[in-house]
Amino acid sequence: MHRFAKPSVFLKLTDPILPWLAGATAILIAAGLYFALFASPIDYQQGDTVRIMYLHVPAAWMGLFCYVGMAICGAMSLIWKHPLADICARATAPIGATFTALCLITGSLWGEPMWGTWWVWDARLTSMLILLFLYLGYIALVNAFDDPERGSKAGSALALVGAINVPIVKFSVDWWNTLHQPASIVRMDGPAVDPSMQLPLALMILGFTSYYFVVLILRVRLELNERRIRALQLSGMFDERPDHKDAGSRNYEAGHNMEANQ
Amino acid sequence: MSLSRAKARKRQRMYIIGAVLLAVAGAAALILTAFEDSVVFFFSPTEIIEKSPIDPDQRLRIGGLVVEGSVQKLQDGKTIAFAVTDMAETVPISYSGILPDLFREGQGVVAEGHMNAEGTFVASEVLAKHDENYMPPEVAESLKKSGYWEEIEAKNAEQMRN
Repeated sequence: MHRFAKPSVFLKLTDPILPWLAGATAILIAAGLYFALFASPIDYQQGDTVRIMYLHVPAAWMGLFCYVGMAICGAMSLIWKHPLADICARATAPIGATFTALCLITGSLWGEPMWGTWWVWDARLTSMLILLFLYLGYIALVNAFDDPERGSKAGSALALVGAINVPIVKFSVDWWNTLHQPASIVRMDGPAVDPSMQLPLALMILGFTSYYFVVLILRVRLELNERRIRALQLSGMFDERPDHKDAGSRNYEAGHNMEANQ
Repeated sequence: MSLSRAKARKRQRMYIIGAVLLAVAGAAALILTAFEDSVVFFFSPTEIIEKSPIDPDQRLRIGGLVVEGSVQKLQDGKTIAFAVTDMAETVPISYSGILPDLFREGQGVVAEGHMNAEGTFVASEVLAKHDENYMPPEVAESLKKSGYWEEIEAKNAEQMRN
């Protein structure tokens, strides 16, 4: 596992995957939106409002998925002190926070016409709001220290403890009375969503998931490159030398590829 | 020698993290069980009957399915009377205000308000609680024809009880 977690290996592995993943994301979300908005039936009691589900459910899934990923990366960074795990956790947090916020916003827009309220403090809605606060708290905490290693330690601890909230979000509708309806998709008796509505839902969930990986790879690469630039700056490679005007950029290229070509 | 010590430290960190997580999960479970009454969003008609008589000053929420044929407009023209049930107990509700679009007989609702001395729940707000089933109108029609619909409603009533 550690062999694959080296930054140079990460760059080499993700380089060919990225364009395919980006293409797949575009196709999945375009097809998903087409089926969600045009080529799927209305609901027998909610009418066209049911189409909010095709954004709301994938966003909720991604909010939980990203959190689990962040917590696992946090654990790996605490136990094995692996820098790439920490970078992945930091890169995941804003993506997951955005999905969670999207879930809360679409849920609110859906709740007003159907339930008759924008917001209630039931167990599902409240635990989802706590999930958003956990993301925001993590982002604030990892950036609150001058020493990044201390920041990632504190952040990883918060991410791990907060992982308790993930099963609470998922099972809140089974454990307690809520205004939110029970699970429609991942449940004992199989999906309670009509097959004609499952296709757009599946496409959107896959599209959102691959979108997450595209953004994750981009953010991790950005962070790796920034760290390399910082290291090169510290080593004095960018210092102005009048007789070698482009030495800096050439040295940067050398430094950039040095690790990737190992 | 130093390698194995590093390994032992990693294992130790893993155990500590596992123990802390177990402790936090246990604490969360205890807290959530202890405050169950404030975590639940509403009480079922059965729980309301068990708790009664309830102080009229106490605000609470009741949830259940609207009883078929129970909805009627009172003489004053704005108060609506209906009853909610969980198939075990039934509680009458009176409400004057705007009902959500999904409100209808057989539908799940959650009402907020208080119990009056006569055992009627006086609601100040009524919200619709729909179930987890999504389907096109044609599918709903055929389910109603095949008689499977009652099974769904019985399950929804059971959902209200737990």
